[in-house]
Amino acid sequence: MSQVKEITHNGLWKNNPALVQLLGLCPLLAVTGSIVNALGLGLATMLVLIGSNIAVSLIRNAVSDAVRLPAFVMIIAAFTTCTELLMQAFTYELYQILGIFIPLIVTNCAILGRADAFASKNRVLPSALDGFMMGLGFMWVLLAIGAIRELIGAGTLFDNMHLLFGESAKNWTLNVFGENYKGFLVAVLPPGAFLVAGLLIAIKNLFDARAKRLRDAQKSETKKGAKRVRTTGQIA
Amino acid sequence: MQFLKVTSPHTSKQGQAGNVMLSVIYATIPGIIALTYFFGVGVLINLILASLFGLGFEALILYMRQRDITFYLKDYSALVTAFLLGLALPAYTPWWLIAVGMFFSIVIAKQLYGGLGFNPFNPAMIGYVVLLISFPLEMSSWITPAPLNGGELPSLSAALGKVFLGHELIMEGALLDGYTSATPLELMRQNDGQLVNQLYSDNPLFSQALFAGVGWEWVNIAFLAGGIYLMYKRVFTWHAPISMLAALGILAAVFYDGGSSSSLGSPLFHWLTGATMFGAFFIITDPVSSAVSNRGRIVFGALIGVLIFVIRSFSNYPDGVAFAVLLLNFAAPFIDYYTKPRTYGHKSKSKSKG
Repeated sequence: MSQVKEITHNGLWKNNPALVQLLGLCPLLAVTGSIVNALGLGLATMLVLIGSNIAVSLIRNAVSDAVRLPAFVMIIAAFTTCTELLMQAFTYELYQILGIFIPLIVTNCAILGRADAFASKNRVLPSALDGFMMGLGFMWVLLAIGAIRELIGAGTLFDNMHLLFGESAKNWTLNVFGENYKGFLVAVLPPGAFLVAGLLIAIKNLFDARAKRLRDAQKSETKKGAKRVRTTGQIA
Repeated sequence: MQFLKVTSPHTSKQGQAGNVMLSVIYATIPGIIALTYFFGVGVLINLILASLFGLGFEALILYMRQRDITFYLKDYSALVTAFLLGLALPAYTPWWLIAVGMFFSIVIAKQLYGGLGFNPFNPAMIGYVVLLISFPLEMSSWITPAPLNGGELPSLSAALGKVFLGHELIMEGALLDGYTSATPLELMRQNDGQLVNQLYSDNPLFSQALFAGVGWEWVNIAFLAGGIYLMYKRVFTWHAPISMLAALGILAAVFYDGGSSSSLGSPLFHWLTGATMFGAFFIITDPVSSAVSNRGRIVFGALIGVLIFVIRSFSNYPDGVAFAVLLLNFAAPFIDYYTKPRTYGHKSKSKSKG
């Protein structure tokens, strides 16, 4: 039970692939212009991550150390190809928008990193959970950046969601600032991605620092009689 | 007998950041007068709004960082940034545009990096570039200079209506083809087919000017005068501005092409249009983000001159000063590394070998 908790905490917060390990920055910065792009890429990455973690964990005792990295890359490439074909079949427009960044999931270091650091040393179920949690951790950061950039850049939220959820999602678009919002192009361009990602990392560190201070404050509160006091001599 | 107990440094007053910044502000006065004469009160509104937003954002961030607000506001660096951005923006810019620009200048480009002295980029130019790539339409609408409009300038109420309420700028007696017009740089770049002489005689913007475009030439000369005052006051050395102007002039002379239809403009044209003089004396001389040694400043300035010419002539942006300066801000530490001055008492590298 505690392992489940630890894996979850690691993936979503403490060892978040995007905010702490800073892995997979290329898709993180490149395709987070809107929520639908971020969600599409986040789901694809999560799928590959779960699949590759399970497969790597299954073969972990059969592959020697010398050839493990090429083997892992082959597995990841296979799952990426599957994901790519799936997206091509079911969400063709989104597949075209994301373009080169779907095949590039192969090179996402977060996936190879998890395969090497976790899946090759653990049993199948924890590995699958780790893949899911790391993917979820990556996806929520993608979604947060995508939402902020879409909001500032175009003044909308959930625009074009029909690319992922079908025709019924066409009217999900929210015009937060009204129809007359001019749009702020910098947020949609690459500099905006760097700014927003940097701010998110800063906010996370701020939370961590505050939590640490609270913990320390609790620790240093000494209870009465908890410490032995030398009482030689007279105490006034 | 007692000696005066005064230790070095013996210079007084000079060298305080606040004094230097104030003399920069004084030096912009000729430029402000020229801009106001040709483009009207919009220039002054820009400056006032930029100053208010600049000081406001600076005070806010200093408060959040728990710094001494009055002490840091008194170095006037926020005010200089505000003046530089206010002068770079087109007159009659909407107020929110100035607010966004000052936010990026002061908060993101300056204070997030640690305040004055720690900013790797010129804050005013960051604000300008953010606005330029986000709102290209608003950023390239300069009104027609007054002499071409029959001396007519927008009234104060019309200007305020445009800036705060977004009303159309309507002038009595304005010419029919609208209140905005192409700047000399745009005319020159879009010219394909006319000889330079023809272009100059056909277009009132050139034919009514002495050197290079009505209004713009005098704005540049005014900034040149302010820059010479600053050099006289030894706020900066001559190296960066002169090498930038020289590089720009040499490239322009090479590509002038005898005034043919594919000419990219004469050296005089490039010196006296756009933001050349403003950039040369007020932007690239920023002591924080430029190269440090004199030799380094010559390289720094020359490369900026080259980039300005390239961006002006071959890109889609109206002027290249801001982009050129930011690119070279990136390169300034690299330039510094290769142009370290010889330390007194040490031989130069080439001599020590021989």
